[in-house]
Amino acid sequence: MAVILHKDYKVERDDYAAAGKVSSDIKQTLNSIGYDPKVMRRIAVASYESEINMLIHAYGGDITMDIMDDGQVKLVFKDPGPGIPDLEKALTPGFSTASEKARAMGFGAGMGLPNIQRVTDDFDIQSSQDGTTLTLSFRPAK
Amino acid sequence: MTIRDLIEKTGWKLDTTTLDTSAEISGAYCGDLLSWVMGNGEPDQAWITVQVHSNVIAVALLREFSCVIIADGANVSDELIRKCTDEQLVMLESGIPAYETAKVLAGLGI
Repeated sequence: MAVILHKDYKVERDDYAAAGKVSSDIKQTLNSIGYDPKVMRRIAVASYESEINMLIHAYGGDITMDIMDDGQVKLVFKDPGPGIPDLEKALTPGFSTASEKARAMGFGAGMGLPNIQRVTDDFDIQSSQDGTTLTLSFRPAK
Repeated sequence: MTIRDLIEKTGWKLDTTTLDTSAEISGAYCGDLLSWVMGNGEPDQAWITVQVHSNVIAVALLREFSCVIIADGANVSDELIRKCTDEQLVMLESGIPAYETAKVLAGLGI
């Protein structure tokens, strides 16, 4: 399996004005290569939620996208901390630690990680106080 | 029903006056918590919300909503309208509460 397209992005902490920019670019990139719209919509949900998590909860971070020659899309979201103290709680629908500022804008519903898990074919999350790495992959519909 | 038909029938205010309003509205989703909207909205729906900050645009475009209907007289800024126009997102204002807005849409068969 070879990578046919690779992209790197950066997300800055608390940069609400830029929220969703990376996800928009990911979607546009997939759209431009004629990617399956249904899978693309799942990727858009997962990338948006992950991007927002980095901006709201982490000290920003790096995102990479790899599109493979078999149509698989792999997204990696890597942040430098502060980590998720209780992963089980973070994966529970409705649980949120978002700030008042984030909530006032409609973030912090506690549905981010559950949404990501639901729309992703492969979901892996590793977290410590040194950072969180979320690895997601999506396979084209057969 | 198209966005244009909806505006004609309701008299709701079209903020993005220069954008095409011929897109079909297949249904509607009502909500202000962005992750709920991302998780449950469907393409071509009209999204009813009182959120009026620019993050609405990213959610609406990623979810492929046909338009956003701002309810309850929430204060839409000129900057938001300009950004919506730049991003080709049609925005309307119903001027009535979200529930009433949804009732009108339902009454029109949306």
